Amino acid sequence: MYYIDPHIHMVSRVTDDYETLSKMGCTAMSEPAFWAGFDRGSAESFRDYFRQLTEVEPKRAAQYGIQHFTWLCINAKEAENVELSREVIAMIPEFLECSNVLGIGEIGLNKNTKNEATIFLEHMELAIKFQQQILIHTPHLEDKFQGTKMILDMLTDDSRIDPSRVLVDHVEEHTVETVLENGFWAGMTLYPVSKCTPARAADIIEMYGPDRLLANSAGDWGPSKPTAVPDLIFEMRRRGHDESLIRQVVYENPIKFFSQSQNFNFVRPDVVTEKSATP
Amino acid sequence: MNREFFEIRAKILELAASFDRLDRGDGAVEDRRIELIREGLTILDEDTPNRAERVQLLFSKVYSEGWRSEYGL
Ligand SMILES: [Zn+2]
Repeated sequence: MYYIDPHIHMVSRVTDDYETLSKMGCTAMSEPAFWAGFDRGSAESFRDYFRQLTEVEPKRAAQYGIQHFTWLCINAKEAENVELSREVIAMIPEFLECSNVLGIGEIGLNKNTKNEATIFLEHMELAIKFQQQILIHTPHLEDKFQGTKMILDMLTDDSRIDPSRVLVDHVEEHTVETVLENGFWAGMTLYPVSKCTPARAADIIEMYGPDRLLANSAGDWGPSKPTAVPDLIFEMRRRGHDESLIRQVVYENPIKFFSQSQNFNFVRPDVVTEKSATP
Repeated sequence: MNREFFEIRAKILELAASFDRLDRGDGAVEDRRIELIREGLTILDEDTPNRAERVQLLFSKVYSEGWRSEYGL
């Protein structure tokens, strides 16, 4: 089955992972800008990082037949440094025209501080000004519930935000309902330690239905598994779910959400195959 | 039940061994986390459909509606 990983940090993965993902049916991926495992010293480090996301990774992915898309921002952890964040935000418009940029992300909260919220609001202004879609990181563990509610407050208090163009990631049992109820898209991150397992993600799909739900692997510097989406596909099949339901979550939903970005020039491999099969 | 029985059995056993391990260790027992764990165990034994959500909320910080004015944002 073809699938799209809507949230995976390929800068932290080796090239062999591209090959494995390709063989497992991954046909496109989107990589939000995030923390590099250490705090960067200057805005210029981010300029190089954005070049990596817009120039280097698409080429690395293309070697394995995978289309690579990306999102730009300064992540919630480094957003604690307001001065640095403002320099990075000022630089982002230079990159918005790059052909694989889908929007602003992953912005969010980490420890739910005032500085993080300040920079979240400034990223929102940037997205509104340039009519960009938004991809959101919600905090982990004990901070998740409080942080998700705070993020939803900031988004819903601003009438210029269209929830159907916002993806709220890392939802779990206690946050998914409010995200969907407010009209946003919700992403479940399948992660071995701190987030959601394939079985619990399948439970959430069973309880809330497949509409506006996505699944991703995160695949970052931490202990994570880049092939977690195929694990969910396997779990759903094991439970006897229809292929069409599974395909909606792992393939059609990402296409539907991303298609709201003008740079999502995705070539569907399934449609191409059907065409070439017609005599 | 056929599919879940051995999974649940294995997870209960893991928990039992974890508690034994805590008993053998030194250090403070007067820890707020011990209370949270006890409360979590009672949620498992209740007859409600949303145990996972309630366990999540138990281990979550409290959200206060007035946070924006507290932060002056
Ligand atoms: Zn991420």
